[in-house]
Amino acid sequence: MSIIIHKNTKILVQGFTGKIGSFHAEEMIKYGSNIVGGVTPGKGGTTHLDLPVFNTVKEAVDQTGASNSILFVPPAFAADSAMEAADAGIKTCVAITDGIPSHDMVKIKRYMRRYPKDKKMGLVGPNCAGIISPGKSMLGIMPGHIYKEGKIGIVSRSGTLGYEAAQQLKDLEIGVSTSVGIGGDPINGSSFRDIIEKFENDDETIAVLMIGEIGGPQEVEAGQFAKENMSKPVIAYIAGLTAPKGRVMGHAGAIVSAYGESAIEKVKLLKECGVTISKNPSVMGETVKKVLVENNLN
Amino acid sequence: MDIHEYQAKKILSDFGVKIPTGGIVYSPENAENKAREIGGSKWVVKAQVHSGARGKAGGIIICNSPLEVADATDKLLGKKLITNQTGPEGKIINRIYIEEATDIKHELYLGLVFDRSSESIMVVASTEGGMSVEEISKEKPETIIRSKIEVAVGIQQFQAREIAFGLGIESKLISRAANTIIGCYKAFSELDATMVEVNPLVVSQQDEVLALDCKMSFDNNAMFRRDEIAELRDKTQENSNEVYASDRGMNYVSLDGNIGNIINGAGLAMASMDMIKLAGGEPANFLDVGGGATPEKIVKAFKLISMDSKVKVILVNIFAGINRCDWVAEGIVQALSKIEIKHPLVIRLAGTNVEKGNEILKKSNINYIEASTLEDAANKAVKALG
Repeated sequence: MSIIIHKNTKILVQGFTGKIGSFHAEEMIKYGSNIVGGVTPGKGGTTHLDLPVFNTVKEAVDQTGASNSILFVPPAFAADSAMEAADAGIKTCVAITDGIPSHDMVKIKRYMRRYPKDKKMGLVGPNCAGIISPGKSMLGIMPGHIYKEGKIGIVSRSGTLGYEAAQQLKDLEIGVSTSVGIGGDPINGSSFRDIIEKFENDDETIAVLMIGEIGGPQEVEAGQFAKENMSKPVIAYIAGLTAPKGRVMGHAGAIVSAYGESAIEKVKLLKECGVTISKNPSVMGETVKKVLVENNLN
Repeated sequence: MDIHEYQAKKILSDFGVKIPTGGIVYSPENAENKAREIGGSKWVVKAQVHSGARGKAGGIIICNSPLEVADATDKLLGKKLITNQTGPEGKIINRIYIEEATDIKHELYLGLVFDRSSESIMVVASTEGGMSVEEISKEKPETIIRSKIEVAVGIQQFQAREIAFGLGIESKLISRAANTIIGCYKAFSELDATMVEVNPLVVSQQDEVLALDCKMSFDNNAMFRRDEIAELRDKTQENSNEVYASDRGMNYVSLDGNIGNIINGAGLAMASMDMIKLAGGEPANFLDVGGGATPEKIVKAFKLISMDSKVKVILVNIFAGINRCDWVAEGIVQALSKIEIKHPLVIRLAGTNVEKGNEILKKSNINYIEASTLEDAANKAVKALG
């Protein structure tokens, strides 16, 4: 097994007929993802990339049985689309859109509290690279070919740094069970903790690589979860050692404003939780390998 | 996006928060007239720059006559104010706020931010106004009151009252204080703010509850629906290279070192800066040209870096994902045919079609140092400093 997406996961594309949605839908289809259609309000009944287009997510779910969606809707309309997916019974929605206002994210999270736990949609992102289970399915915008099939779970805020890690692992002939990009925004759908919990419960994953950065409490919360609840080793790298305080470093969420948010403080707190730290971004792969050897997992 | 004190106060006053009478001026003559118009016998002349700690830096002057107000304005206008938050280059003073002086009985702290753990809006208050919130958390943490606000229903009267009582405000002033807190919350939630800080919030000798100083920041991602906020932007308060970059859709932060960076992706950019530091160098900037790293963006990035006189070496680090290294390499060659780079250039390409990309760079006539890994790139950049 992998987490969230599997070989036959039925996927809808929200914002299907736009330029970006079309491009990435084609890339996902090429990778082997089971895209069953898309949603663009007002274009229902037409076809795009030989697949049906629907006006509403509900209609699309009814007719295709889709369980997951990927969202390329522009920032001004993205929150609305995510809530529509939640209400239509989508299990996991990946929001790729960069630039959703924080107040909208708070609203989405609050809106989703109306659903009981077993019916509540998992939101991944926004401003993320999405999800890939190598060799099975891709619900994202990453270059699929750099991921080797295997047993390491990756969870990263940054897209390109996640690619860097996948490439380093591949060069060491280490593969990935699933890689999840949770995005760089201050308020996001799924936290590091949400994802590493899924990896802990996944038979196929033997260790987890967590790639965090400055800002926010999520990395440390995940570390505490790992300390109390995880049997599998966790390896982490935290970017932003040199980032000045109080400045936003590209990602809206990457800002040091309180204790526990700088890279140095996060590294210290994670070490206390028993997480192995990759001392620099060039040795993420080697550090994973070392941990696998130490734990007789290779 | 940050705005000036006087703009923030105007916004708060629109939401029912009381502020001292005041007005913005651009010349000493203006200032003198404004002081007479405000009336009274004591005025505060406040330099409007995007920074806290202005008082300690000499940016706030108390005056006892309209003539003194004019002199103080003359002294501040056109100067650069250097505070512990502006960096050594300081920030230009182009606007002066003249305000009636307030007789202060108590100084309090009131702030609103997003709480990233609970994903709600948090009100933070303390009896220790006038100190920064960092200082308060360090020195008087027991005075801090935190209240999480449920965004779906907004702040309730009782929550505002609890905070006001917690601040030790006299019973007869509780409803005034509560209304001030509610006004700040409304401004935060209705205008896509990311921070509202009233420091100090004061109780005056005349028993008024007043916002004496205010800082507000807004979500850049929400500017598409906040024209009225977007027009408050004052580019003279921002680093000129950062303005150039943001106008062209790039994320740039100016730093103190001498190794210029061009990188795709915010995470990779932070990681590359870390590698430079570990290799013994200092980054001159953070620059994320976006995940795509299109040739147009690379041209703009080279232009931007070449505008920074601190830069002695340039490091390009691109991880090509959906785009390809050969395409990125062509972008680099194209950029360097348009801009002359006098400094050593280290290029590291990785990801899709990396061999093809490096081949294109080698065949071109650009003078560069090829690097393979992140570590190799950082080491070579530091070595190239000589």
